[in-house]
Amino acid sequence: MEYSIFDIIGPVMIGPSSSHTAGAAKIGYIAREIFGKEVSEVRFYLHGSFAKTYLGHGTDKALLSGVMGFLPDDERLRNAYEIAEKKGIKYKFNSKDLGDVHPNTVRINMFSEDGHEMMVMGSSIGGGKVSIIKINDFDVDFNGEYTTLITKHLDRPGVMAAITSILAKDKVNIAFMKLYRDARGDYARLILESDEEIEMCVLEDIKKMEYVDDVTKIDKLIL
Amino acid sequence: MNYKNGKELLAICKEKNLAIYDVAILNESINSSLTKEEIYNVMKNNLDIMKNSIEKGLDEKEKNIKGFMIGGEAKKLKRFYENNKSICGKTMSKAISYALSVMEVNVSMGRIVACPTAGSCGVLPAVLLAVKEKFDLDEETVVKGLLTSSAVGIIIGKNACLSGAEGGCQAEVGSASAMAAAAIVEMLGGTPEQALNASAIALKNLMGLICDPVAGLVEAPCAKRNAIGTSNAMISAEMTLAGIRSIIPFDEVVIAMGKVGKMLPVNLRETAEGGIATTPTGRKLRKKIFGEDKVN
Repeated sequence: MEYSIFDIIGPVMIGPSSSHTAGAAKIGYIAREIFGKEVSEVRFYLHGSFAKTYLGHGTDKALLSGVMGFLPDDERLRNAYEIAEKKGIKYKFNSKDLGDVHPNTVRINMFSEDGHEMMVMGSSIGGGKVSIIKINDFDVDFNGEYTTLITKHLDRPGVMAAITSILAKDKVNIAFMKLYRDARGDYARLILESDEEIEMCVLEDIKKMEYVDDVTKIDKLIL
Repeated sequence: MNYKNGKELLAICKEKNLAIYDVAILNESINSSLTKEEIYNVMKNNLDIMKNSIEKGLDEKEKNIKGFMIGGEAKKLKRFYENNKSICGKTMSKAISYALSVMEVNVSMGRIVACPTAGSCGVLPAVLLAVKEKFDLDEETVVKGLLTSSAVGIIIGKNACLSGAEGGCQAEVGSASAMAAAAIVEMLGGTPEQALNASAIALKNLMGLICDPVAGLVEAPCAKRNAIGTSNAMISAEMTLAGIRSIIPFDEVVIAMGKVGKMLPVNLRETAEGGIATTPTGRKLRKKIFGEDKVN
């Protein structure tokens, strides 16, 4: 992948660890953005290096802050527990072998007040960079550094073309695009990344389309 | 204008008669939606944050710049070199105190710039500011040094790794040291070839360095490892500017570092299960801080 000089000199962050604090906060933040709802309960499952050093690096505080919507350079990070308790958010940290994944990987199970839930798995790959590798049953691969669109749609001919033509009409330039098909069911997910912002009306247009179940947008994270 | 490695970077510099920092800015403006001025300003802002981190840890009025095991060492060193005959010489001693200062701010959950990581965030600020002060350089020269270091970091990221979990401390402090060495050479008027020569020496000198954090924290040996990263950058730049060549070229050193990283057992890669983390004192400290000897 292409590095930015600001991947190397950056991010501006709250310490102590870019892999275990900033990266963790970023994964938590993106997970919440994908979920799109206020998190009332969250369970974290940490793998490898994450599981062994999380207490001292504030990984727990960072993950919790992210899931509450705080960015990695937000000074409220050090008070994540107090803030979570005040908001009445239930949280639990566990360690778990997540298989053949990066040493700094976490699985986040989020629950909302109204009964929705979602699982997001992400890895902190160094220098504050992250990779989101799983959303519920789908394996994915994106890093949150682009405006990211995630759709859930019925796997039918023409749906992809219809989605991309809506974007083309709005002159949204696509940087990366990947289609994931659910082997067991009828659904597919499109993960699309763009350099530019994507307006809410574009999202609305896609949502209105036949066969499209859901669309989520994650704004690009710049630090 | 993308470059996969040092060889390609130097080819671009030679062909287009550019410095490494020029290529860094041009490339960034092509790959992103930022103008050259915007890129320069963001980098300048990063430098300002670095300066603030140095000052915060050395500010006698700040009483809470500490972690569980470290805090106050930067100030100790400053008092020492200001009042005694320094063994290292004032510039190096000052640079080390700067590195320690930033690391203390980091560990107290203060704001720092990861360069390339938080575990190595003391090296670049220390080197840049100490050299700036020693040679009375202007800010633009230092920003160009910082831009130079970013290109070196990109090459290491692409061909090896930049995290302790993957490659040990050689990937974090080693990389920061290599980046800083190139920055010094650029700031003092060296060529792109010399910059990468200094990076090669710096990275080679820290080859094999493990990541063995006591109690799993970013304190010991991390803060003092930033001191070695800082001084190592300075000695690598000095040797380079004296005409001393790295026997192994930069690209090969980078690949070797990546391979060594993969060969390091996992208990020497940021899991706090080897090295000084598992010494009797290391274990005692973990128990004292976390109330347990082993993390489950």
